[in-house]
Amino acid sequence: MKIAIPVDEKSIESSVCISFGRTPYFLIYDMESKKSIFLDNSAAASQGGAGIKAAQTIVDNNVGALLTPRCGENAAAVIKAANVKIYKTINDSIIDNINALNEGKLALLDDIHAGFHNHGGK
Amino acid sequence: MKIAVLSGKGGTGKTLVAVNLAAAAKESIYIDCDVEEPNGYLFFKPRDIKSEKITIKIPIIDERLCKGCRKCVDFCKFNALAYINDKLIVFDEVCHSCGGCVLFCPEKALTEKEKIIGEVQRGVSDNVTVITGILNTGEASGIPIIKKLLSDTSAGKGLTFIDCPPGSACIVMESIKDADYCILVAEPTLFGVHNLNMVYNLVRLFDKPHGAILNKCLDGENPAEKFCIEKGIQILGKISFDNELGTLNSNALISVRENMKYRDMFSALLQTVTKEVRHETAINP
Amino acid sequence: MKQLLILSGKGGTGKTTIAGAFIKLANAKAYADCDVDAPNLHLVINQSSEARQSDYYGLAKAEINRDLCVQCDMCRQNCRFEAIKATPEYKVDLYACEGCGVCKAICPAGAVSLKPARAGELMLYVDDTVFSTAELKMGSGTSGMLVTEVKKQMKSAAENTDLAIIDGSPGIGCPVIASLSGVDMVLIVAEPSISGISDMERIIKTAEKFQPKIAVCINKYDTNIENTKKIESFCQKHELPFAGRIPYDPDAVRAINNGMSIVDIDCAAGRAVKDVFDKTMKILYI
Repeated sequence: MKIAIPVDEKSIESSVCISFGRTPYFLIYDMESKKSIFLDNSAAASQGGAGIKAAQTIVDNNVGALLTPRCGENAAAVIKAANVKIYKTINDSIIDNINALNEGKLALLDDIHAGFHNHGGK
Repeated sequence: MKIAVLSGKGGTGKTLVAVNLAAAAKESIYIDCDVEEPNGYLFFKPRDIKSEKITIKIPIIDERLCKGCRKCVDFCKFNALAYINDKLIVFDEVCHSCGGCVLFCPEKALTEKEKIIGEVQRGVSDNVTVITGILNTGEASGIPIIKKLLSDTSAGKGLTFIDCPPGSACIVMESIKDADYCILVAEPTLFGVHNLNMVYNLVRLFDKPHGAILNKCLDGENPAEKFCIEKGIQILGKISFDNELGTLNSNALISVRENMKYRDMFSALLQTVTKEVRHETAINP
Repeated sequence: MKQLLILSGKGGTGKTTIAGAFIKLANAKAYADCDVDAPNLHLVINQSSEARQSDYYGLAKAEINRDLCVQCDMCRQNCRFEAIKATPEYKVDLYACEGCGVCKAICPAGAVSLKPARAGELMLYVDDTVFSTAELKMGSGTSGMLVTEVKKQMKSAAENTDLAIIDGSPGIGCPVIASLSGVDMVLIVAEPSISGISDMERIIKTAEKFQPKIAVCINKYDTNIENTKKIESFCQKHELPFAGRIPYDPDAVRAINNGMSIVDIDCAAGRAVKDVFDKTMKILYI
C-alpha cells in the first residue's frame, strides 16, 4: 500500500506539515518497497478550495491512506469518496508516523474541522 | 436621489444615521446592504413583509453523460470540483458560479441549479419602505444579494438611504456604485480617523460627492473633526454623545419617532444633506 | 501555541480595544490583526521595530490585449460578473473580475490572459514580540486568504510562543471564517443593544461550526442594563461561559486617542477588562 503525508520539505528527515491543503509537498511512501516520492502540491497557491485540489492529487496517486494532523471537511469528503483512510499523525516526525502505522498504532482522524471554506471568495 | 451612508469601521452609528434620516423624511426608502449583519429592520419593524429568496447558480452533473474527461475539474480556478472513483463531486460553497464548467463540458453533462444563499425582505414602516438583505450564516459572499437590493429600486424622485456594510472592501464598493451622495459617519477616536481615511479614499476613488457626520462627540479634542478640516471634508453635522439617544438606539427604537428633540435634530440634518445633494447634482449632473 | 480570537459580529463593540488590553495583560509575545479591511490594532500597540512588508497577491484578474482582440463580444456575453465593458474597446473592470478564466478560455483570438493582481500588503513586526497585520487594498475581495496569510506569518515567526491573541474582523463572512480556522478559543465582545444581540447570535452560530471554546463578554454594559441581562440569560440558556461586564468609560476613549491601551491608565473599564481577562485565561487553559 502507498500512503501520503503532507511534508514541509522534500526529505524524509523533514517534518509533517500542519496544513493538508496548503502543504508545499506530499510524500508518497510505498509501505512494501519503502520507496518515497515527493510531489509538489499545486493546490498550495490556490485562492480557495486548496483542500479539494490537494485531495484530488493524492487520490490520483492511488494511495490507500493519508497521514495528516488535520483535514478539512471538503478534503475529507473527497478522500472518503475514494475509500482512502485518514489517520491522525502523532507528532511531526515522518518516520515516527510511518512506524506507528506499521505497528497499527495510528488512530483514524475523527475530528474533521469545518474547513477554511471559500476564504478566497469575495 | 440615492444617499449611501458608510463608515470604515462598524459601530460608528451608520445605522443610527441612516435609519433616523430615513424616518425624518416625509417619504423614503431605506435599504440595508449590511447583509452579513442587517440591523435596520430591527429598528423599523416593518409590516407586510414580502420575502424573496436569493439564489446563485451551482452546477449539477448528469452522470450518464459524464465521460470523466476532467475538463471541468482542470478549468475551475476555485477548485470546486473533484473527480473521484469515476464520479464528479461538486462543492457548492466553494463555487463562484462563473458557469465555466457548464460552458466547457464537451459532453454537455453539466447544467445548473439554483442554490439559496439568503433573502431580500420588503416591508413598510409608516413613511419608510424598508428593504433588507440577509445573508444565510455560513455563506461567504453577500454580493449577489446586494446586487439584487440595488437593482430594483426605482430611481424615483424620492429619497433612498443605503445603509452600507462596514469596511471598504468590494462589498462596500458595490453598495455605493450608484449612489448620488455619500455620508461618512465617524467616531471621535484615533480608530475613527484611521477608518474615516479609508472610506474617504474610497469615495474619492469613485468620485462621489460626500460629507461627514461626526457621531458620539465628547468634550475636548476630536481627532475626526481635525481630519475633516485638514482634508477639506464638509462636516454635515455633529451628534453629541448622549445617554438618552444611546439607550433609545440600543433598544432598537427610532429616536425621531420617540422624541421631538431628536426629530428636530435629524430633520435639520436631513435638510443640510438634501441641500448638499441638490447642490452637488446641480454642479455635477 | 494556544490561539485566542476576539470577535464581535457587529463592528464597533470594542473588539480592538479589548484585544489591545489583553495583549498588555498577557504580556503576549505573538498577536495579529485579522481585520484586514479596517486594521486598527497597530494604533494601540507601539512597535519599536520597522515592519517587514510584503505584497499580497489575490486572485488573478483578466487582461485583454487590444492588439489581439477581434471584438467578437464572447467574453462580455459569458462573464457572470459583468466585469467586461465594451467602451468600445474591450476592457476588464478589475474590481468586478473574480479571475474565473471563462473569458480567457472562450476568446477565439487568444487575447485574454490572467495576471496576478496586488490586492494588499502584509506587515510583520518582529522584536521581542511578533505582530502580524495586513491591509487590504481598497475594493479587493479576497480578504479571507489574506487573513490566512496574516495568521500564517505570525505562526511561523513565533513558533515557540504559548499564547497568541488575534483581533478578528466584523461580520460573519469569509474573513471571519478564515480567522476562525485553527483557533482554540473565541471571545465574543457583545454590545447590549438589540442590534448587538442579533449580531452576536449570528456570530456564535458561525463560530460553533469550528468547535472552538466560546465565551462572551459585554462591553459598555451599563448603556442598557436590560439588554445586558438578556445577553447573560442567552449565555446561560446556551451554556456559554460568561466572561464579564465592562462599563462605558469616556476615559477609555481618551486612552485610545493618546495611543494607549485602557489598562495603561487607571480607569473603570480597564479594571473590568482585567477581570474579563482572568476569566478568559481560565477557560482557555482548562
